[in-house]
Amino acid sequence: MTEGWPILSLLIFLPLAGAALIFSIQGKAEIVDRNARALALWTSSAAFLLALIIALNFDPRGEAFQFMEHRQWLSGVIAYRLGIDGISLPLILLTTLLTPLCILASWSSITKRVQSFMAAFLVMETLMLGVFCALDLVLFYIFFEGGLIPMFLIIGIWGGAERLYASFKFFLYTLLGSLLMLLAILAIYWSAGTTSIPALLESDLPPDLQRWLWLAFLASFAVKLPMWPVHSWLPDAHVQAPTAGSVILAGILLKMGGYGFLRFSLPIFPSASVEFAPLIFALSVIAILYASLIALVQEDIKKLIAYASIAHMGYVTIGMFSMTMEGLQGGIFQMLSHGFVSAALFLSVGVLYDRMHSRDISAFGGAARIMPLFALVFMIFTLANVGLPGTSGFIGEFLSVVGVFSVSMTVAALAALGVILSVAYSLRLYRRIFYEDPASEDAAQMPDLSWRESFVFAPLIAATLLFGIYPKPIFTMTDPAIARIAERMKTAKAKSEAQAALPSPREFQESER
Amino acid sequence: MTSTIAILALFLPLAGAAAAMPAARLFGARAAEIAASASVALAAILSVMLFMRTNFGGETADIHLMTWIAMEGFSVSWGIQLDALTGLMFFTVSFVSAVVHIYSIGYMHEDPSRPRFFAYLSLFTFMMLLLVAAPNFLQLFVGWEGVGLASYLLIGFWHQRSAPNDAAIKAFVVNRVGDAGLLLGMAAIVMIFGTLDYDAVFQAVPRMGDQTIALPGGMEVGALNLIGCLLLVGAMGKSAQFLLHTWLPDAMEGPTPVSALIHAATMVTAGVFLIARAAPLYEYAPQAALATALVGGATAFFAASAALVQNDIKRVIAWSTCSQLGYMFAALGLGLYQAALFHLFTHAFFKALLFLGAGSVIHALHDEQDMRRMGGLFKTLPLTWTAMLIGSLSLTGFPLTAGYFSKDAIIEAAAVSSVGTAPLIFALLIAAAIGTAFYSWRLIFMTFHGDYRGDAEILRNAHESPPVMLIPLGLLALGAIFAGGVFAPAFLGDGAEHFWGGAFALRADNKMVEAIHDVPLLIKLTPLAAMVLGFAAALYLWRRPGSANRLARQHVLLYRFLLHKWYFDEIYDRLFARGAYGIGRIFQQRGEGLIDGIGPDGMARRVLQMTRGAVKLQSGYLYHYAFLMIVGLVALMSWILLRA
Repeated sequence: MTEGWPILSLLIFLPLAGAALIFSIQGKAEIVDRNARALALWTSSAAFLLALIIALNFDPRGEAFQFMEHRQWLSGVIAYRLGIDGISLPLILLTTLLTPLCILASWSSITKRVQSFMAAFLVMETLMLGVFCALDLVLFYIFFEGGLIPMFLIIGIWGGAERLYASFKFFLYTLLGSLLMLLAILAIYWSAGTTSIPALLESDLPPDLQRWLWLAFLASFAVKLPMWPVHSWLPDAHVQAPTAGSVILAGILLKMGGYGFLRFSLPIFPSASVEFAPLIFALSVIAILYASLIALVQEDIKKLIAYASIAHMGYVTIGMFSMTMEGLQGGIFQMLSHGFVSAALFLSVGVLYDRMHSRDISAFGGAARIMPLFALVFMIFTLANVGLPGTSGFIGEFLSVVGVFSVSMTVAALAALGVILSVAYSLRLYRRIFYEDPASEDAAQMPDLSWRESFVFAPLIAATLLFGIYPKPIFTMTDPAIARIAERMKTAKAKSEAQAALPSPREFQESER
Repeated sequence: MTSTIAILALFLPLAGAAAAMPAARLFGARAAEIAASASVALAAILSVMLFMRTNFGGETADIHLMTWIAMEGFSVSWGIQLDALTGLMFFTVSFVSAVVHIYSIGYMHEDPSRPRFFAYLSLFTFMMLLLVAAPNFLQLFVGWEGVGLASYLLIGFWHQRSAPNDAAIKAFVVNRVGDAGLLLGMAAIVMIFGTLDYDAVFQAVPRMGDQTIALPGGMEVGALNLIGCLLLVGAMGKSAQFLLHTWLPDAMEGPTPVSALIHAATMVTAGVFLIARAAPLYEYAPQAALATALVGGATAFFAASAALVQNDIKRVIAWSTCSQLGYMFAALGLGLYQAALFHLFTHAFFKALLFLGAGSVIHALHDEQDMRRMGGLFKTLPLTWTAMLIGSLSLTGFPLTAGYFSKDAIIEAAAVSSVGTAPLIFALLIAAAIGTAFYSWRLIFMTFHGDYRGDAEILRNAHESPPVMLIPLGLLALGAIFAGGVFAPAFLGDGAEHFWGGAFALRADNKMVEAIHDVPLLIKLTPLAAMVLGFAAALYLWRRPGSANRLARQHVLLYRFLLHKWYFDEIYDRLFARGAYGIGRIFQQRGEGLIDGIGPDGMARRVLQMTRGAVKLQSGYLYHYAFLMIVGLVALMSWILLRA
């Protein structure tokens, strides 16, 4: 049914068209706002349905890349190439699921320049979907960097008091990182003669070049993920961003870093990845412990969750660079799960903020008695955040640790320490918001979740629990694509071990003597 | 048929837990109590049927419920593995749980949040059954953390107060330390065996005896010993063994029925279950087994010593639980898994009885838990007194009570074991037995005998508990008396082979069951002597008022050392809790400051200064600015590429 249809282009540009429509609405401010909201919701919901149709027609056991599209562009130097595989599809589904939820969550909390906000959000969605669909490096880069701009605006216009500082910090970090990636892309083009990702996946770049390219790509992905020590933009960005901005930031934008590792760093630069894996392990373990310990002493709810995000992303990179089947699957699963869980946690902060206009942990207390439904919702996501088995949060962490155990026991043991710390900071947060006595009269009178709010949480709860108990649909989707990467990494590992086993030239000469 | 019974018994408590809150909202709190209690009671009846089929009918079954994780080269399923071990645990767990549910109807009747209480209690039961039903380590881990969650929720049930919250978080965090060990143990199992299924792992164990793993640092250790030790860490966390015990006494902040069910009869025995389940592995991991036995001996002794001087009635029993779990671990480590489970079984009855009895006392005295303000309650609460007396007799191993059969078997195992450190373990267990008798009788004397030392007003209002609480006590009392004698032949005697079926694939040279049958009479009499000695000491001190205080003053350092539970809480608090917060604060202030200073933060600030004048946020300049950026970006790239 989808044969020959440019269905991916349709998916990508549907939100953009919606944004254009939103801008064309005219009339009384009140009506414009209402229509803008409705239009944004309908467009993004339609995109979600389209993504579901794509998922249903996707054949995990089929060709590596499906729904391919190919147009010449810029006099044939680069091309407009699209296609998806089992790694990008779940992220596309996540993107299209979270966007309408974000629009719902912003329904009444965004009151200023609603039209622009909704349009920016849809543009954002287009760019995110483009990142996951692009099969050409340059096209990828444009989407990848373009995504900065709407987010920059969302933080800078609709953010909190320090929004300007935070948005520039966010922009500088990510832009500096990506300039290096741009240079690397040019170098790849000059060396391999193509920017087509499927072609590059078959290529065999010289190890020396791989090393530099890998580092250049790392600069960009490490900032996005973020990895220690280039993470410090994230807490500020989250604190200042409006709720929906935080949700997209944590739910999707961070995942672009992990997606970059899976799509580029590992399969295109395999020998460099093997070589630099210990570096990634070290940075990830530091991230897990450092961010968890900082989360322990946070007084700002959003900052706490932001640091927890950094720690959770550590498991993603550990799993991926273990290069085992379990680890790679764990990495991508952890990204998806974190997409549901962190999104829901930031939405929860939004719920609290809308009621008290505060993110201070100490402004709350005793909410379990007055908001029993919200207490249950928050408990579910707190548990998923600590990786309680039976929730989606467990599967990714578990597989990552299993994957890395056979490679480095030290890394596995240190990562397991993070599991202890996550309980400490998460339960401390829960206790101070929901248990004991309310901090003030106002805190004692917060209303429980509204219907709209419950509706936003419902799909995330369903996903968190369903994929915790029955993650098979995701594994079915990702398995062949991940197996291909695992196979490629195995070859690269064997090669590097064989080289290590050979005596170096000097040793060789010495033994000759 | 057997499969259907098992599936029903497993999921009924979950249904009860899910129904409790909606039922309460629709029909009131009583509906929640009934929904939860009835579903668990039904599960208990089904479990008895299951127990008969698996342990006396020799039936086994492997029920596949659903695929869980499935990827190339690794998969795990949800299921139920039915064998003698599962059957025994189903019976123990759901029976005690049903009794505790019914008791709670009386105990919690004034609490406005009791529907939530019953929901948690049934949820716990489901998680515990899920744990023991597991056909693989990963599903066990789900139940494992699930009971931890239920325990956290129930310890912190009265969440308006601060102390239960502290205790609940402490319990979860300390348990997580163990869980991290278990997690790594599972990772090691996947690495060595490529699967987490019990059957596949245990069948491969004999072939893996020589397999080694290089630890970080290069030391080669036996793979099975490493796995065994990692699993042991997990078990120590859940079963509150020495070093990871600190959460259990604090867990007494929860309502007393919770203490009986979770922190005495069932959840804390999950560690014992884990090691018993992994018995085929420990059979080939002698060093891990030895570590288990030593941990058990140390815990039995240490916890009994701490129990000697505590004044809170529930904490005495909590320390006693910790100590008895030590006995079970000692038996596991010595290879007499059957005795460990036997003691688990009898302990569930007499310890739940003691806790519920204590609950009855606390209930009567309006939440008084300090034994120094009790005394003479024998006249007011004769039935509770009887129950506590039966429980204590069984706990101390009075001949022919349940505890006598199971505990003495463990002590005898230590006496006949050929393991090098067995004499040390024997000595620790005997010392613990003296302590057990002492603190048990001290509790009975201080609570029920002599003169009442509390507020006279409270005593006037004190009355025996209602039947809904006394009938559960009666049921458990029957178990505390007869569970030992009736079942001893099945667990350890002639019927053992039939009773256990193939649940333990033990090495052919494990002759522990036979060995304890011909121990010398002298050794058989030692535990009895220890019991009498402890009783005599308690009686002596009680008969001479002031003598206990004098003794404490004479040995003030020792007394404080015991009263402060060997200062573990203080040390851990300084070392770990405050340490982690301290490091976190340093990272927060120094680390983040440094990173921001070096990073583009300074630059951001400068850019900000420059642009602050130009960019007016509300006016839309920012929009233009951003739009220009993307235009510039695309233009730049196009230019570079076109030139190429």
